[in-house]
Amino acid sequence: MASVFTAPPLADNGPGYSFKQTPTTHISADGTRQHSFYPYTDNGGSTLGISGADFTILAGDTRSTSGYNINSRYVPKLFKIGGEGPEHTGSSIVLSVVGFAADGDALKERLDTVVKMYKYQHGKNMSVAACAQRLSHILYNKRFFPYYVHAILGGLDEEGKGALYSYDPVGSYEREQCRAAGAAASLIMPFLDNQVNYKNQYIPASGYGHDLQPRKAELLPRNTVEELVRDAFDSAVERHIEVGDGLQMMIITKDGIEEVYSPLKKD
Amino acid sequence: MNHLPQAWGRPRDDVYGAYDHSYFQTSGPKQSTQQPIVTGTSVIAIKFKDGVVIATDNLASYGSLARFTDVKRLRQFNKSTILGFGGDVSDMQYLDRLLLSLAIRENYSSYSSASDDTDDTSNLESLNAKNLHTYMSKVMYRRRSDFNPLWNQILVAGFGNDEKPFLASVDLLGTTFSSPSLATGFGAHLAQPIMRKVVPDEASVANLDKETAVQTIRDCMKVLFYRDARSMDKYSIAVVTKDGIDLKEDEKLENQSWAFADRIKGYGTQVV
Amino acid sequence: MFRNNYDNDSVTFSPQGRIFQVEYAQEAVKQGSVVVGIVSKKYAVLAALKRNAEDLSSYQKKIIPIDTHYGIALAGLASDARVLSNFMKQQSLASRLTYDRAIPLAEITARIGDRAQTNTQHYGKRPYGVGLLIAGVDANGPHLFEFQPSGVTQEMLACAIGARSQMARTYLERNLDEFEGATREELIKHALRGLKESLAQDKELTVDNTSVGVGGMDEPFKLYEGQEITNWLETTFENREGGAEGGESMEVDS
Repeated sequence: MASVFTAPPLADNGPGYSFKQTPTTHISADGTRQHSFYPYTDNGGSTLGISGADFTILAGDTRSTSGYNINSRYVPKLFKIGGEGPEHTGSSIVLSVVGFAADGDALKERLDTVVKMYKYQHGKNMSVAACAQRLSHILYNKRFFPYYVHAILGGLDEEGKGALYSYDPVGSYEREQCRAAGAAASLIMPFLDNQVNYKNQYIPASGYGHDLQPRKAELLPRNTVEELVRDAFDSAVERHIEVGDGLQMMIITKDGIEEVYSPLKKD
Repeated sequence: MNHLPQAWGRPRDDVYGAYDHSYFQTSGPKQSTQQPIVTGTSVIAIKFKDGVVIATDNLASYGSLARFTDVKRLRQFNKSTILGFGGDVSDMQYLDRLLLSLAIRENYSSYSSASDDTDDTSNLESLNAKNLHTYMSKVMYRRRSDFNPLWNQILVAGFGNDEKPFLASVDLLGTTFSSPSLATGFGAHLAQPIMRKVVPDEASVANLDKETAVQTIRDCMKVLFYRDARSMDKYSIAVVTKDGIDLKEDEKLENQSWAFADRIKGYGTQVV
Repeated sequence: MFRNNYDNDSVTFSPQGRIFQVEYAQEAVKQGSVVVGIVSKKYAVLAALKRNAEDLSSYQKKIIPIDTHYGIALAGLASDARVLSNFMKQQSLASRLTYDRAIPLAEITARIGDRAQTNTQHYGKRPYGVGLLIAGVDANGPHLFEFQPSGVTQEMLACAIGARSQMARTYLERNLDEFEGATREELIKHALRGLKESLAQDKELTVDNTSVGVGGMDEPFKLYEGQEITNWLETTFENREGGAEGGESMEVDS
């Protein structure tokens, strides 16, 4: 066999290479050695999206990690989709991706190209619903070698209402009121359930036991949502090491996309 | 005696046995890099107000063996971009050839000299560091998606579309990021904290002068030599500014002090 | 009866060294309505005369914005132009994706030039029956390129192709010295005047039959049509008789 090419230069567990991604080697019972290259990594971070009556807000922290290292304190997870040129002038759709950043970038570029070609070929902007379904197809088509990301897509629907779609890595998707994804999703999502959809909130003195009336969810005003987003991330930063450095927010309204950056704790 | 041409220059089969062709097979299952073989260690770089400083040592290791001691791991592209390679050296050399062919294609094509009136080609807008980094990220991501990765982490230093100093990283998975200071490998643990003290954020880059940036990098190279077993004291350093690249490939670590060494405890046979 | 035996395909030379199919393709360009392009130090302008097949139909597309930094104007077979413009759009997006760079105009021109040339050297293929003006701005400044069905491309300071375009070229040659330093508005006026020169006696430029495309160092390439060009038409042809935005004047060329 071509062992001369594949044999490691040193001990079985490999030498102490000074960079990450040490090769993973499995040795079977019969002594054959199987090296494998693992094509994914987790770059940490968290994203969330909340839709309102006439707006959608997407937010994500800007930290990029590999293991315990911080790669950079500013790597955006929110991307404008469509619009004119590299600046996405006039765009009204935002994609957020969290997970494996390289896949996220590739996904964003594919979707952006699709939306731009749609505009070129049809002379009108793609609707969020169409874009959302297309994104699902892109993910599903690569289900045997998936884009390792949790995507959230936001915009305004054809009636001008806030629209928010969330995805799993292989393309299952659903329109929702709010969604948190990424490293701190399990920290943020219950908070959102409670504060956006009023889960576990009841109308005081509306009855006893099973007669107690749950508080009805309502569409939240924009400033309330912005405060919720900040609170969610401030809390996540405290409890999750992969979240921090900066908060990037994009607010989609009928006037376009407003981008806000504010600092988070860098520790 | 066999005088046929296929036997020329080969050990005699009757003495040494038949040649084992599996050592140089051209058929059989497709092979791809599953681990790096000859490797370079850290690359470190820092942005300052007028450009970028980047450095690597000149060592290529074979496992723990210091195999090649004069390997240049900083490669120049065009007149204002430097790439620093960490990881597999043969993949670095492949990428170097790839980049050379790109540079030739780019600079030789008719359109890069299309703007008539002047013979001076230096002011022509060719691929800058930003363009090159984007290209490298596509190459690396494509190769990882083919399960045939180029086993490197690369820092690209130069200038971006906005003419500001540019520094970004791409690795074998196609992951990209940019920061005022960057370090690969051990440098991410040892050098990055030192550099982040100098440039904690993008705004502080504008206040950093060239001398401080160079000194910071030199200090980091020293720390890395002290603590990274796969490093050496000969290194390359490049300063990229608007005036061009000042690349020195034969620097020695100066003013080393091993005075701290006898106070290190807890290793090997020394217990107390 | 005399019959040309050398024009059955685009791979056969005539004894005089001509390829008739390519020359016929160039005739198709001359059948298309006229388009004009000019560059100054800071701007690139395209102006085009649109035709409608009949009064009830819409006007054809003459200027197509491809990327934010450039667009094309076409004369000849619109469907061939659409194939080329789709190709150019893809190449432009690909350049932005792989290099994060707006594709240089000379490069995209060279690419369609190469594509057109292969059509003239393969049996069973047909040359593109369209000429293009490619105008816009890249890292080296404003550019105007001319593309012909033969695959010939050249950089121009000012250019006009299409039916009766010789009149426009004469105008452009006469005013060549003024282009380089011209302002945005002046350049557009020159383009419109050049366009007007090529019209038949009884025809006028109107908001319905005129398209203008402008790209500049600090402005993306944009197509202007309809009411957006009213002002330019009015200021360019101030002393023309009567309001010419009527039904009769829309019919141009044959």
